[in-house]
Amino acid sequence: MQQLKRWFGMVWIIAGIALAIVLFRIALHEMTTKPQIDTQIQWLVFLVVFLPIIAGLVIFGYYALKGEYDQI
Amino acid sequence: MNQANSTRGIWRVIGASSAGTLIEWYDFYIFGSLATVIANQFFPKTNPTAALLSTLATFAAGFIVRPFGALVFGRLGDLMGRKNTFLLTLVLMGGSTFAIGLVPGYERIGFAAPLLVLLLRLIQGLALGGEYGGAATYVAEHAPPGKRGYYTSWIQTTATLGLFLSLGVILVTRHVLDSDPAASVRKFNDWGWRIPFLVSIVLVVVSIYIRLKMEESPLFKKLKAAGHTSKNPLKESFGHRANLKMVLLALFGAAMGQGVVWYTGQFYAQSFMENVCHISFDQSRTILIWAILFATPFFIVFGSLSDRLGRKPIMLAGMLLAVFCYRPIYRQMLHTAEVPAITVTSSTVADGGNRAIQLQNGFRYVEKTEAGNTVALDKQLDTGRYLFMVVLVFVQVLLVTMVYGPIAAFLVELFPTRIRYTSMSLPYHIGNGVFGGLTPFIATLLTTTYSSDKLVGLWYPIVVAAFCLIIGLLYLSNRVNPHVTD
Repeated sequence: MQQLKRWFGMVWIIAGIALAIVLFRIALHEMTTKPQIDTQIQWLVFLVVFLPIIAGLVIFGYYALKGEYDQI
Repeated sequence: MNQANSTRGIWRVIGASSAGTLIEWYDFYIFGSLATVIANQFFPKTNPTAALLSTLATFAAGFIVRPFGALVFGRLGDLMGRKNTFLLTLVLMGGSTFAIGLVPGYERIGFAAPLLVLLLRLIQGLALGGEYGGAATYVAEHAPPGKRGYYTSWIQTTATLGLFLSLGVILVTRHVLDSDPAASVRKFNDWGWRIPFLVSIVLVVVSIYIRLKMEESPLFKKLKAAGHTSKNPLKESFGHRANLKMVLLALFGAAMGQGVVWYTGQFYAQSFMENVCHISFDQSRTILIWAILFATPFFIVFGSLSDRLGRKPIMLAGMLLAVFCYRPIYRQMLHTAEVPAITVTSSTVADGGNRAIQLQNGFRYVEKTEAGNTVALDKQLDTGRYLFMVVLVFVQVLLVTMVYGPIAAFLVELFPTRIRYTSMSLPYHIGNGVFGGLTPFIATLLTTTYSSDKLVGLWYPIVVAAFCLIIGLLYLSNRVNPHVTD
């Protein structure tokens, strides 16, 4: 189980990076194709809110990989 | 005698905390429930700046200000104490809600109107971000070991009952302003929408009076007397690896999945009934009201059960059921709202050349023809279909009670007293405000992009809940900490 927890740490890191790229690309696409100010604000808010959360997921994965959750 | 006093004491604590939290949820929800009416009064679509402020009011209050409120008031709660902090959030929430009811419309004071409403809405979001963590912590720190799930589950009912109360007050106000139903709705849209906002002040004053009489949390008092309160709760909560790892686990292993299950069952369900199934305004709300009424006791059942079985299996079972049941449930909702192929008893011309049709079993709807396509709108389901729809929504709210009933106790037990308010508030409000609050938006975005599948919007809560379920299964512990005294 401990080993599984650690391997999955890598999954969360990769998932976090992939999510950040996907979110950034979608936001860029939406903001350039729909230049209305409220669309831009929506996606800007999403980026501001979600990028730190995604960073949190990567940190979570790193902690898992390092065995921080082994004893929980 | 001591036992009796202690029991009376805990119920006073629960009563005072729950009443205030319920009012805060009521205040927060009436703005959302009356969004369309408020938009017409303050944010005219014809004016781009006003529309921009409307977008800000919707997005900023829900997604940015709530977690920010969790940080601001969480820190205060860990420095000054729980009681004074959640008293402050109550005053801020009640005051801003009452003030929204007094702001003159855009036609009278121009841009000052949307600006004022935006500002007051932000204060509402900030206050909500600070309230819940305080109330949950306060009750948990009074609760005896082994009953923390049961006692905190009373706090958990308040979010749902706040929605129930807001829907009820809005429906009643909408129908009592004139003996003619159409005139009553017109009056409501014109000025009657202010009543639910103004009513809030009475509830808030009563709640403040009750809370003023309460004592500070015994654990916090002890900590303060010993001089062991945190000097910098934000740094201790998020700057130290030992605690940050638990904050991240609380968010990704519990709060994130709980948030999407909650918002799907109580908000997306209503939006789906109204906008996809085309059930009437009143019926889509009364269906939700009945479902909430029948499901609410289960918050207590699952909270109590979590004291015996542990928090983990109940919350994760709720997420698992949500992952597998959402699509079948929503498919049934679509099917139930379809116009049945039975005898038409009356067909009359309604407003705009549409036809108002009544079927033999009492099913009524308005038939509208657009670009050669005929659509059934404003459906009034017959009794059998109505009851079945209540059951379908009830099952969804039941899943909400499974994931939400034990979560206050779960979060409280994860963090030490000195930084508990700060540490538990942030993952809770990111899980609910961001992941949960975005459910209607993302689900609608998916439905608009892939319009051939009416259930495509459900993939968002399903994927998030599944992700959270895996993390929860792998990393959460099922041990119940018998002491929350560190």
